[in-house]
Formats: sequence, structure tokens, C-alpha cells
Amino acid sequence: MFYQESGQFSTRYRQDGRALRLWQQRAALWALLALAFGLLPFIGNDYWFSAILIPFLVLSLAGLGLNLLTGYAGQLSLGSAAFMAVGAFASYKLQFLLPGLPLLLSFVAGGVVAAAVGVVFGLPSLRIKGFYLLVSTLAAQFFVEWLLTKFAWFSNGNESGVITAPPLLVAGHDFGSPAGRYLLTLSVVLPLFVLAANLVRSSLGRNWMAVRDMDTAAAVIGIPILRTKLLAFAISSFILGVAGSLWAFTYLGTVEPHGFDLSRSFQVLFIIILGGMGSILGNFLGAAFIVLLPIVLSILSGSLLSGVLPAGQLENLQKIIFGVLIILFLIKEPDGLARLWQGWRARARLWPLRF
Amino acid sequence: MKNHLHTLKGAVVLALGLAAASATAQAGGEQYFPLQSYRVGPYAAGGTGFFGGFIDYLQYVNLKEGGVNGVKLTWSECETEYVVEKGVECYERLKKGLNGAPAAATNPLSVGIAYATLERSTADKLPLITINHGRTDSTDGSVFPYVFPLQLNPYSEVSAIINYIGQKSGGLAKLKGKKIAVLYHGSPYGKETNPILELLSKKYGFQLVSLEVPHPGNEQQSQWLTIRQQKPDWVILRGWGVMNPVALKTAQKTGYPADHIIGNIWSNSEEDAAPAGAAAKGFISITTHPSGTQFPVLQGIKKTVLDAGKGNLADAKRFGTVYYNLGVVNGILNVEAVRLAQAKFGKKPLTGEQVRWGFEHLHFDDKRLKEVGALGLLQPLQLSCADHEGGGAVRFQQWDGQQWKVISPWVQADRKLLRPIIEDSSHKYAKEKGITPRDCSKES
Repeated sequence: MFYQESGQFSTRYRQDGRALRLWQQRAALWALLALAFGLLPFIGNDYWFSAILIPFLVLSLAGLGLNLLTGYAGQLSLGSAAFMAVGAFASYKLQFLLPGLPLLLSFVAGGVVAAAVGVVFGLPSLRIKGFYLLVSTLAAQFFVEWLLTKFAWFSNGNESGVITAPPLLVAGHDFGSPAGRYLLTLSVVLPLFVLAANLVRSSLGRNWMAVRDMDTAAAVIGIPILRTKLLAFAISSFILGVAGSLWAFTYLGTVEPHGFDLSRSFQVLFIIILGGMGSILGNFLGAAFIVLLPIVLSILSGSLLSGVLPAGQLENLQKIIFGVLIILFLIKEPDGLARLWQGWRARARLWPLRF
Repeated sequence: MKNHLHTLKGAVVLALGLAAASATAQAGGEQYFPLQSYRVGPYAAGGTGFFGGFIDYLQYVNLKEGGVNGVKLTWSECETEYVVEKGVECYERLKKGLNGAPAAATNPLSVGIAYATLERSTADKLPLITINHGRTDSTDGSVFPYVFPLQLNPYSEVSAIINYIGQKSGGLAKLKGKKIAVLYHGSPYGKETNPILELLSKKYGFQLVSLEVPHPGNEQQSQWLTIRQQKPDWVILRGWGVMNPVALKTAQKTGYPADHIIGNIWSNSEEDAAPAGAAAKGFISITTHPSGTQFPVLQGIKKTVLDAGKGNLADAKRFGTVYYNLGVVNGILNVEAVRLAQAKFGKKPLTGEQVRWGFEHLHFDDKRLKEVGALGLLQPLQLSCADHEGGGAVRFQQWDGQQWKVISPWVQADRKLLRPIIEDSSHKYAKEKGITPRDCSKES
């Protein structure tokens, strides 16, 4: 009932090519954008910006990066955090090498460097597949972390390897406040999502999916495997690199190589597994799950159970609950939260009628 | 699945309701300590000890004196697992205070979390206490008004060790021609002091051998073989976690005497020495706070808090260990800052900005140390606007196979030598961030 498709026809090719073909979808998107840009900056508080919204946006973007590579192009990777690290340190270093470089441009530059590194580590994907490729991206993970720790040059001669963010100035405006950092993050994340949503519907996106489903068949019908796979690595790493810069600059304000360790790669991987492989929306859903659930559990156990159990036990209990929820999820809905969302949408079409 | 989400939704609503309810219940008359503690994860041994001691001391002040001048101390914990993002989330969650009681200071006991909340603390005007660790250049309070690496920063740490070696060799002049090896953890923490050691080696003319141990450090055969070839007079151990006992065991295997190995501030706990068994016997390490229960303040805590069944430690045997006592020392310093600030701003709950004034005016001489029952546990120290470290002295302790025995009086770091390096670094930071340093001569 709420989700009527009837009567909505495409009369032009342009209309047929739209990402969102129903007016309900477009209205919902505009409402969300209005909420995110117009309302939240005024009603949110520091806690919501710094502890929830910014990490949620940055992790969504990281999820998107990996999803393009794994969910769409079918190349498994455990090196997400390494590419994030490259992006963060490259942005930082370039800010230092080229004083006066605009902040947004340094994010892009960080992404470009990450893309270059991604291509290098993507080369083995031309020969090896699946778990073996996973292991070679694991090499990227360890190598980058080691490199950034070993050579102080990357952190500007700071022996402790910690970098701190420059002032967040864009066109003379200071985005250093929590609400400003949120807006800056949002303004970087959204265009990349729009880009990716269109990319996966383009011929390149279709090539990726063909390669994912069966690369021999894809080669037979004339898809250039080399180019397709390497572009997947490059674009995925570009997005991860920008996510890494945002993580360092707008979220934490500081970062050390250890902040991008293997567990961060796993975190990004969980986002796309839980959110939904091969889905754009799934990245938001997965990131929201990963960011919010531990906080909700921790606040709940802190207020309901404090005093009943020792604090250390409570924390372990949360881990158990989190783990159980993830397992349940994977059993009940292996296609992730995005699939659940699709199910609800299908029901909303029929409601109040039953199936 | 649907039910699942319903429960989750219910839980969120409940949590928000509770948060709102607790925010409206004004307690008043309380001073709040937000605790970003870690009781699970790889560093739980340090976290449980430190926060156990800290909480027990706050409890002790409440029970014995009814708080600070009648202002009760209150606290709540938020688990960080030593993970930076969790620490930031906890910081943002707790910084507003609890039930109307304003937050006094944050004490994350984690370098990573301290770095990530450094600028936030400054913006929120909430002191950030990084006792015995943290960013070395935050010692310069004119650039970092809200950050306090109390007692000992990493540079002072190595300087004090070299001074001790000098004393042992019969004067710093005798260091010339000596050979000192440093075995450091292959991490930012481990490498941080290398430039200072090089500087000191040039100044005193000793030969420095730097050896890196990759994380986690459970294989050190080649490093110790190098040490055997080079035959250094002393080995400085900048270890962390499992690296420490492995270093001691490998030293024994390669025949290097344990009593010429000096552990740094994170290689100095019972948990570092005991697992090495007999190999650790004779191992020397520095400490800013001896372990032991003989100090009057610890006896007081035992009587008032522990014996009343209100202690925080899950394992009562850890009472008086290195990490626990560091927590107690941290408690003494925090409470003293509140006390001093109350003398200036009135006997009421204070804001972080007011407590900061208290930290900046911390002054412990022998008389005051005796009054709080911490003579010998806490070093005499005096902070100022420009100096947020205060002490810079360590004592040396030796492991006798069962426990640590203090073997030296307070050994001072060469802080005059280090100050220009710290200021160079802090001024560089100020320039990068566009901060104008405070004029400390105008501060009262």
C-alpha cells in the first residue's frame, strides 16, 4: 500500500536509467538528506557526532570500498585497513610536503596513493583466487603496518609514529567543532556513495559482477579481466584510502599505524558480511550495526547490571551477546541486513493485505 | 528475526529512558571521575590493577573523610579494552558528568586514547592525566594547558636510567667508553626514546647498541646472541607484555647476568618478572612507586575499604602490587588537585577547568607526603604552569625471586637537558596547530 509501483512509468530513457525509479524512494532519500544536513547538525550533541555519527559514516565508506572489491568484483581482501592506513598517512604527509594544499584535495590525493598501492597488491589476483588471494592481501596488511612503523619519514620524523590532524579548514571555514566534523565527513562520504551507486550500474560494474560470478566465462565473452580486476582494486582502495583519511582527520584527530591493524580489516569485512555483499545500502546498515550494538550493550549492561556483576565480567558478557547475535544473523539471514530490508519493502507493497 | 529487532528496539528505548531519568536526578555535592578502564583484552592485568587501586583510594577518601571537604567522590566505568575508538566513545559518553556531578579529570592510562582525546580535552576544558606515560612534549604546560604527564615522561625515564648507571659506575664521567645496549619493543612506544639515548650517548661518550624486538617479542634469540658478542656493560629493557619475561629467560640462556638488565616503566611489574621464574632473580627495574603494603595510606585502605568488603580487586592478592600502587598514587594526585582547587574556588563540586588549576599547583613535599601517608610511595613533586610533569625521579628495585625490593633512593632525571628538546617539540606542535602558547609568567 505504501509502496505502490503501479502507475509509475518511464517514458524516457533518462528516466529508465535512474538509480531510484520510484517516487517513494526518491522522497525518502531527500527526506533523509534533509534530516542529515538540515536537522541533525542543529539537534545533535557532541556525543552523537563524535562517538556515533562520524564513525558510522566513515565505516560505511570503508565498507563501501571493500564491498566494491569483494561484493561486486568477487575479490576477497583482508587488506582494507592497510589501504586505509596508506590513505591516512599519504594525506598527512602531502599536507606537510605541500603546505597550503586544500584539505579536500589532500583527501583525494590520499585516496590516489592508496589506489596505487591497491593496484600493486591487486596484481596477484590475476593468478590466484579465493582464499589464496586473501592471504596475499593479508601481506599488504602486515607490510604496510610494518613500513609505517619502521620509517619515521611517514610520520614526519615523529619517532612514536603518531600523526595528528591539521586544522580542518575548507575554503576558510573551520570545521573543527563536532558538528563541523560531522558535516565535513558527510559531505565527503555522500558524493562517493553516489559515485559508487552509479558505478555498479555502469558497464564497469556489470563487468565486475560477471568476473565475480565466473571469470572464465567473463573472459570468454570478451571482458578484459586484467583491467576489470585492477580497476576494482584501484577504486576500492581509493575509497578505503579516503575513509582512512577521514578516520584519522575528522574522527579521531590522530592516528598511529597500529590503529589500522588486522582487527580493523576484520571489522570492515564484518560490515559487508552483516550488511550485505553486493549492496550499497548494506554498507550503511552493517556499519550502523557494528557501531551501535556494542554501545547499546555497554550502556544497557552499565545501567541495568552494574553492581550485580563485576565490571570485567559484564564486558565479557557483552562480547558473548555480540557474538551470538552475529551467529544468529548469519544463520537466519546470510545475505545480510540489506536482504532483510528488501523483504520489508516487499511486504510494504502488499500491506495491509497478507501474502 | 522480527522479534529480535523488537527486543533490540525495546532495549534502546529503555536505555534512553534510563539515561534521561538519571540525568534529571540531581545529586549535587559530588565530584565525578569518569573512568575509561580496561578489564578485558590483552592489557587487562594493568587495567584491573590500576583502576582497582584508583577506585579503592577514592572509596577510601569517601569512607574515611566523607569525601574532599564534604564533597563526595563518585565515579563510573566505561570499558575501553585499550582500543582507541572505544576510549573516545567512553570519553564522549562520560565527559558531561554523572547525575549532575561535574567531571574532574580523565585518566585513560593508554597512550593511544590519550593522543586521541588530547585535543578534545583541551576544547572541553577537562584535564587529561597521563601518569608516567603520554606525549612527552605535553610536559610544556604553556602549549598543553590541559594535559598532565604526571611524575615521569618517557624522556625523563631514560635519562634517570643513565644517571643511575652513572652512579653505579662511580660518576657520570666514568660512562665514557662504556657500552650500553637498549632492547626495545618494535612499536612507537619502544622507539620513542631512541633519539634521547643517542643524545645522551654523545654527551657522556658511552657506546649505544640499539636492538629492536618485533612485536610481540616471544622470540629474541638473535638479539641476545648479538648482546653476547657485543658484551655491553648494561642492557636497558624497554619491553611490553610477554617480551619482558622472554627477554629475561633468553638472557639467562645466553649467559647475560640479570642484575645488569634494567627494565623501564612498563617492564617493572610483578607480571613482568614472575613468569620468568628463576631467570628473573636479580633483575633491576625502575619504578615511580614501590610495590608493598607498608605505607600508611595502603594500610588505611586495607582497614577502611578492603576489610569492609568494599575493595575493587577481584584477586585480593594483588593488593600492594606495582599496578595497584600506581592506581593509588594516581588517586592521591587527583584528589590532591581537587583539594587544592577547592581551597581556591570553594568547597563545592568543581568544573574541569577549576580542577586543572589544582593540578597545575600540585605540590608535594616530605611534610605533605607524610600527611597523606605516602612518604616513599610518591616522589616529592611540584608542578607549575610550564612544568606539567613535576617530579622526574624514579627509584630502582630488584626482583628477589618473589617480590620487588627497593634498592635506591630517588634518582633524578637530567630535566634541564631535556627541557629544550621538549620545548622544540611543543613549539613545533603549537605552530602546526596555530596555538599561541600561554605566557606562564602571567599565570597565578
